Formats: sequence, structure tokens, C-alpha cells
Amino acid sequence: MRDVAIVGIGQTPVGEHWDRSLRDLAVEAVLAAMDDAHVRRADALYVGNMLSGTLSFQEHLGALVAEYAGLEGIEAVKVEAACGSAAAALRQAVLAVESGRVEVAIAVGVEKLTELASKCTTNALAMAADADYETVMGLSFVAINALLMRRYMHEYGVSKEDFAAFTVNAHANAQHNPFAMFRAPVTRQQYAAAKMIADPINLLDSSPVSDGAAAVVVVPAERAREFSEKPVRVAACEVGTDTVALDNRANPLWLKGVERSARRAYRRAGVGPEEIGVFELHDAFSIMAALSLEASGLAEPGTAVRLANEGAITPRGRFPIATMGGLKGRGHPVGATGLYQVVECVLHLRGEAPEAVQVENVQYAMAQNIGGSGATVITTILERLTP
Amino acid sequence: MDIPRNWRLREQRYRLQGTRCTACGECHFPPRHVCPRCKGRALEPYRFAGRGTVYSYTVIYQAPEGFEQYVPYVVALVDLEEGVRVTAQLTDVDPEEVTIGMPVEMVLRKLGEEGERGLILYGYKFRPRIEGSAGGGP
Repeated sequence: MRDVAIVGIGQTPVGEHWDRSLRDLAVEAVLAAMDDAHVRRADALYVGNMLSGTLSFQEHLGALVAEYAGLEGIEAVKVEAACGSAAAALRQAVLAVESGRVEVAIAVGVEKLTELASKCTTNALAMAADADYETVMGLSFVAINALLMRRYMHEYGVSKEDFAAFTVNAHANAQHNPFAMFRAPVTRQQYAAAKMIADPINLLDSSPVSDGAAAVVVVPAERAREFSEKPVRVAACEVGTDTVALDNRANPLWLKGVERSARRAYRRAGVGPEEIGVFELHDAFSIMAALSLEASGLAEPGTAVRLANEGAITPRGRFPIATMGGLKGRGHPVGATGLYQVVECVLHLRGEAPEAVQVENVQYAMAQNIGGSGATVITTILERLTP
Repeated sequence: MDIPRNWRLREQRYRLQGTRCTACGECHFPPRHVCPRCKGRALEPYRFAGRGTVYSYTVIYQAPEGFEQYVPYVVALVDLEEGVRVTAQLTDVDPEEVTIGMPVEMVLRKLGEEGERGLILYGYKFRPRIEGSAGGGP
């Protein structure tokens, strides 16, 4: 096994890209990452995506994206793990290069959610849940998170209004990110007045339906400086799983998949939660931000919402999260999100994040991508390599 | 139009039938192939009594396709007496009156329909428990 590094990053703006297809978005991100790493070829391509078959009637993305990115002929496959697909693709790229079988690997996450009417997208996203026992009851993916949020409020005596801190932070940061979908701040008053979707989750608790693609180039760490002046070491990229259906978990408020994935990542990287300078977590809903902080060891159970209200999660706080907007503000093109998070962590470690949100002297940054309501979790810890 | 799937699930939908591990006694719903507790594979069918309490709930205002006509409706996580949690709609109750901890019992109701000419799906829902009722189990 050898160390691996990220030497190139690429991302498209997140938004409703009516004028661009799945392959357009994927190719743009791949080419941007290749340009950033000054490479013209690669040995393997791993494409993270959740819903291309359902919403674009297109599967077989590995070969398709390779062909259109000018990489025809190389090893290329699609990797699917619901909203965790992109980081799951990164995991495959990391394993391939670590093993010595592949020299230059590209991981790209791509999602095109605005292709069909929004009803179709809502139904498609619910495929991350258990079709036979959850979805058939009229449960949308939003509603699953609402069940968690209601119980959290009940068990820990937290009010709905207290969750506003996550939304306000995400949007305040997104306004500085040129790739973010929403570039305007949101107030607590706007949060309180937002339309209810599945009580207690309102529109401003929820990440938007979006299109986008993000990519990275992975190479052996010993060769990293051939490609980049500011390579970033992949200290860990670890997967943990849990039950798909929420009702099969003894304590749904403790995300075991997150705990398993984060623990494996800390152990592999040889660091603890206190050494993480930036944490790009999976805030698909406000409640997921709280539960992720707790199961990742950054907050005691039941305390994450209070810490958020004390300012701990802002770029100048103790553990900055959603520094470029998170899923809430940057947007959540589901099968691409995990690589947006990783690209944002790399920007922090390079010192190239937008000035207003750049966290100073970051040695370790962590990205955590979640599939479903916590069934697949991939935690990636990245380390700055000093010249 | 997934007729085979809905036919396969009839014991679960109509009778809340799961499995019980013959080695450790653990009950499961949905039915399992491997006992999550002891990893035993000798499982037998087990019918739940259908009585429980509300663990959490949500009132849905923006429904998935096929459920629009029912909004606002309540979906809950229900803790059954046998120590298993299930996801189901609550029925015969005003959404305002639902509370965590509320005792509920299973009833068989229409879950939805697949368009005008499609299947009508029936299955378990839960209603507030009625005093003196034997419980919702069929």
C-alpha cells in the first residue's frame, strides 16, 4: 500500500442547468480537474451518480463519460450509493491508486436532477429509502428526516427555531462561493416564515434540487509534485454502513454509519476530531448536520444545536462546517455532492478558499458524504503536504 | 405497475407478519433472512399483535406522487409491544392531536392506488388505541 494524493480539482457551478446534459456537466468537471493537475491522460475513471437511469434514462456512465472526456479506452465504471455516490467513487479511486494497480485515477460525481418534473425527482430521491416498507407508506425523503427532527426536539428539548443557526451559517458562507446555487444570506425571520414541507422540516431546512458535477485527480503521493505545487494527501477515505430503513435502528438519533465511518477515518489518519480544521458535512437537512456533528465526535449527543447557536460552526468558530454553503447553500446534486465537499476541503488546504470563508492554518480537513438517512457514510480526511 | 411485488408482500401488509428467530427469540419486521441479533438463519413466521406507541411522527404537506390527495397526512414510527419499530401512516386522527408516546393499534386500510385503472393497495395503518379494543391485529 502506498500514500495517495489529490493533485487536481474541478467543479461546475451548482444550479438548474436546463441548457446542459449529464455528460456535459461530467465532462466539464473532469477536464477542469485534469487541467488543474496538468494531465492529458488517466488510467481509470470512477463516476459517482445516483439517478441517471431514472431521470436521464442513461446508464453505463463509466464508458460514456470516459469517451466524451477524451479518455476512451480506459477502465471506467459507475459507482452508486444514493447521495453518497461521489465519495464512494473517490474511495474506489483511492483504493486503485493505493494498491499500485493504477497510477492516475479520476473520480467524478455528476447528477442531473432537473431533467423531469419535480414530482419525478421527489419520487426518484425516495429510492434511497426502503421501497417496500418506507416509501409505500407515502413517506418522502424529506419526511424521513422530519421523523428524526421531531424525535430530536422531543428528546433533547430543542425548539424548531434553534435549527435556524445551521441555515443562516450555510447561506452566509454560500454567498462567497462562486460555484454555489444560492448566493444570498438568509435571516432567522425568513427561516421561521418558510413554507412547511413535512412538519417540522420547512423549505429552509432542506437542500435544493440541483444539477452539477465535481471531480478530482488521484495519484501516488510520491509523484504528487510532478502534477501540482499544492498536493493534498488523502489521509483516510473510509466507508461505514447502517440499516437502510430508519425504523430498523435501535436509536435513530445516533447515526451508527457516521460513527463507524468517522472512527475508521480517524484511526487510519491517526488524528482525532479536535485536529480537524474544516468539516464539510452532509447537511441535506438541518437535522442531519446536528446528528453528523454528534456521531462524528465533535459534539456530545443532544448538544450540536446549542453549539451551532453559540457560533461554533462559523468559519471563525471551533469547528467550521458548510464553509462554502454546504448542501443547503451550495446545493445538493446528490451523486456529485461528495466530491464538491472534497474539492472545497482541498481549496482550504491549498489556501485558495474565498477570502471571507478561508479557515487559516488548516492541517486536516474532513468531508463526510451520506447516502440515504445514514445507511452509507464515507468520511474522507485530507492533509496539507508542506513543501 | 408492480403486481408481483404487491402480491408478495401480502402477509406483511395485511397481517403484519415478520419473523422470529428460533435460536434467540428475537422478533423482526420486516421478515429477515438472517437474525440481526444472533446471525441465526433458522427463522419462523411471526405475526405481530399490532399494538404500540408513537416514537416519532411527521405531518406531510408536500406529498410524493400518488399521495397528493391525502395531504396533510401523518406518517409515524410506531414502537410495537414486541420491541420492533415500524413505519406507517396514522389514521382516524386529527394531525394536531398526535403526540409522541400516544398508544396506537393496527387497522387495515387503503394505502393508495396506482392511477385510475391501476392496483388499489391495502395495508396496515395505525389509529389511536380504542379502550376495550382487542387491538388492531387481524
